[in-house]
Amino acid sequence: MAYLYNTPQDQQAMLEAIGCDSIDALFDSIPESLRLQRPLKLPAAMGEMELTSHLAALSEKNRSPADTLCFLGGGSYDHFVPAVVDYVASRGEFYTSYTPYQPEVSQGNLQAMFEYQTMISELTGMDVSNQSLYDGGSAAVEGVLMSLDVTRRRGRVLVAESVHPEYRQVVDTYFASLETEVVTLPCPAGTLDLSALEAQLTDDTACLLLQHPNFFGCLEEVHEIVDKVHAAGSLLVTVIDPVSLGLLERPGDYGADVVVGEGQSLGTPMQYGGPYLGLMACREKFVRRLPGRIAGETRDRRGKRCWVLTLQTREQHIRRDKATSNICTNQGLFALRASVYLAAMGPQGMREVAELCLQKTAYARQRLGDLERLEIAFDRPVFKEFVLRDRENAVEQLCAVAEEAGIFAGVPLGRWYPDLSDCLLVAVTEKRTRPEIERLVDFVSVQAPCGVTHAE
Amino acid sequence: MRNKHATQLIYELSQNGRKAVALPQVDVPERPVEELIPERFLAKKTLGLPQVAEPEIVRHYANLSTLNMSVDTHFYPLGSCTMKYNPKRNERLASLRGIVDVHPYQSERSLQGLLQIFFELQEMLGEISGLDAVSLQPAAGAHGELTALMVAAAYFRDLGEVRTTVLTPDSAHGTNPASARMCGFDTVTVKSTPAGFVDMEDLKSKLDDSVAVFMITNPNTLGLFERNVAEIADQVHARGGLIYLDGANMNAILGVTRPGDFGADMMHFNPHKTFSGPHGGGGPGAGPIAVTSKLGAFLPVPRVRREEAEGECSYCLDWDQPQSIGRVRSFFGNSGVLVRAYCYLRTHGPDGLREVSENAVLNANYLLSRVKHFLPVPQGDRCMHEFVASAAQCKNERGVSAMDLVKRLLDYGFHAPTVYFPLTVKEAVMIEPTETESKEMLDQFAETLFRVLEEPDDLLHEAPHTTQISRPDEVTAARKPMLRWNPSTEE
Repeated sequence: MAYLYNTPQDQQAMLEAIGCDSIDALFDSIPESLRLQRPLKLPAAMGEMELTSHLAALSEKNRSPADTLCFLGGGSYDHFVPAVVDYVASRGEFYTSYTPYQPEVSQGNLQAMFEYQTMISELTGMDVSNQSLYDGGSAAVEGVLMSLDVTRRRGRVLVAESVHPEYRQVVDTYFASLETEVVTLPCPAGTLDLSALEAQLTDDTACLLLQHPNFFGCLEEVHEIVDKVHAAGSLLVTVIDPVSLGLLERPGDYGADVVVGEGQSLGTPMQYGGPYLGLMACREKFVRRLPGRIAGETRDRRGKRCWVLTLQTREQHIRRDKATSNICTNQGLFALRASVYLAAMGPQGMREVAELCLQKTAYARQRLGDLERLEIAFDRPVFKEFVLRDRENAVEQLCAVAEEAGIFAGVPLGRWYPDLSDCLLVAVTEKRTRPEIERLVDFVSVQAPCGVTHAE
Repeated sequence: MRNKHATQLIYELSQNGRKAVALPQVDVPERPVEELIPERFLAKKTLGLPQVAEPEIVRHYANLSTLNMSVDTHFYPLGSCTMKYNPKRNERLASLRGIVDVHPYQSERSLQGLLQIFFELQEMLGEISGLDAVSLQPAAGAHGELTALMVAAAYFRDLGEVRTTVLTPDSAHGTNPASARMCGFDTVTVKSTPAGFVDMEDLKSKLDDSVAVFMITNPNTLGLFERNVAEIADQVHARGGLIYLDGANMNAILGVTRPGDFGADMMHFNPHKTFSGPHGGGGPGAGPIAVTSKLGAFLPVPRVRREEAEGECSYCLDWDQPQSIGRVRSFFGNSGVLVRAYCYLRTHGPDGLREVSENAVLNANYLLSRVKHFLPVPQGDRCMHEFVASAAQCKNERGVSAMDLVKRLLDYGFHAPTVYFPLTVKEAVMIEPTETESKEMLDQFAETLFRVLEEPDDLLHEAPHTTQISRPDEVTAARKPMLRWNPSTEE
């Protein structure tokens, strides 16, 4: 009876009003032969107390950055989330409402979304943002799909190998049933090989999908790249880390045409990879090709300023098979969290967070790179992540031993890059302190070959 | 209580120099930024973000929230969206440290509790669907549809069959044809009969060897169980095609009948509907899919597998699926939504889940029995979990549209039902009460709707009257899009 109101008396009264003998009879339209003739084989119901104990026990079986020092990154980061973000997102009027199809009773959501679009436009230097997509991976593929529509080129799309490997896998999956060729461009020294780019940019290339800072943490030569891409009549779709924009030039300012990315860094907990926040912004001239929901300003019948969902003729519920995308839900609650985060940070806070990441990362990279066992894999400027090569070629083992010692040391890269099977991706956010960095350094420094701890 | 001052944009509240956070000092030896990042990469100007103090942020958003209707505050009979109560225990439990503060690239051994949850959820969804293999990866219902269609495409490629067409009924959700197009299929629409069911003759005329998938919603968007569903499935299967079930309406049939038992080969769940995940102002959702065993090999990776060795069981991510379509998003899936669904299912158990559907269907039929006396319900006297009334007569006789009626309901404190969907009913008013409402609330709603129908035409045309705003100019909004704040737009 969890969450139900109806008593047997209610049910009886309702059945009488309906003119039906039993609840079972309400299901008469389902042919008997299709009915399930047994109870579902599911575990028995639990009351709130039992469920709470059960979940607490399951939760305790998991390690967490709360108890294990976290240097994991690769698209999900242990950034600090101010309490105001949790407060706002936990208001029932936000989290238990739905898509603002009725603007008269949804101005809170609509205004918050309009503010979000403004903040994302400012952050990226683009003209317009949508109200979010599922995650960085789906945003990346939507950016690529949009470039096919905008350029009317369907021959090929280029993807730098330094783009998040899971985003690239998503692109491959979406394009498996389509005719466009997906060409992966090599990044032998940690960044895109510009001569390979030049060689592959043909007159039927819709776009280049580039990540900056890229998956290895390195900065890409965006100015040279954008010039080459535009000279070929193609678009640059850039995957961003929003936190980096506290310091780095905005993609709109260096000429990107479409900006996509993972917004988890902006106030969303890591929660094992989702729900997250797919960011997407573009030039104004492409707005009618932009997927996802968009809020727009207008006036009501009394002349009052207000906000509505707009340009809905792009969307599936109006256009059906002609829609720009099949997407229906957005990540409204996480767009809201991002807005509150960005408002709490402001321009100064975003700069400070970015600088903290930068300085701590540079320090950790130098300290770790100086160790006998490790070397810096790519000699390129980095923001908050970097790749280390393990001279012992035993990164998986190193990470396993580190975990025993209470440290998530980094993400081994071999699973996506066989050539980098001796490499580790290390992320350092503003939350990591100098003593924590030293702890990782000290840990690695006492690891003898093959993970055996030196006798002290 | 609503604050009358509360409609300024946060940008309009901004004052230079205000801030809400104080970050720690750099505690490592600091180097000049330009030494770490060459100047060509650095921003040349300050970001255009608002500058506000913390109390202002709280007041701003708290006030904004009061301008929303929500399930916590209002009856929300939005057809097709299953706006049921969002249990507070689920929010608390999904916020446990070991669940919310967990990095996606932690090792599997550091995630045994979470992987156990997902393994058990896979098993439970398999049982509820009557299907064999489950992927939790898709991020939303439409994403699940798309993923399942990719699975179907991979299956036919593997068989060496060229199938180019996806059939959808004219009453289908718009996501169905849109997903099919994204997957490279042509879409063909199958008509409904006047009674609201798939037109079998029309289906037969469109069913040939080019058909890959027939996408069906059952109960359909009219709230009716497709009584011919088994025959439809037989016919599609006989031509080598697959049946996809749009699981949006699972709230009607939990434990009563199972998609796998009525012929579906694949389906998606909407945990944010059926299993009470909060809708979050538009998202997040999740869209796990279930498929028959012959399609299981094509599901996205990874899935969770249980292993037993020496009496100990453990859970791991299974990447070893050479025929898999790959990934449809980054990381594992919408974990937070899935954990809430798990809590919901564990709270209910088999009997509780069946009671959910029984009471959802009872509530809908009760409301139907009251509403039909003053607002016609073209498809009859009975429904499953929702029904579609029509304001066509009202529109013809008085010029009062479905939109006018539901806008007036807002004045009385009810969220509007879905209108103008499905497309097969003129002036459609689609009402889904859900099981988490009382008879008294349903009575009040019916009485209010009756009262609204008695009100003068002009009052209805201009409704709502008591909300913060009324009847925004959506045409101008679309013609001259203003999609972000600029200083010039300040009031």
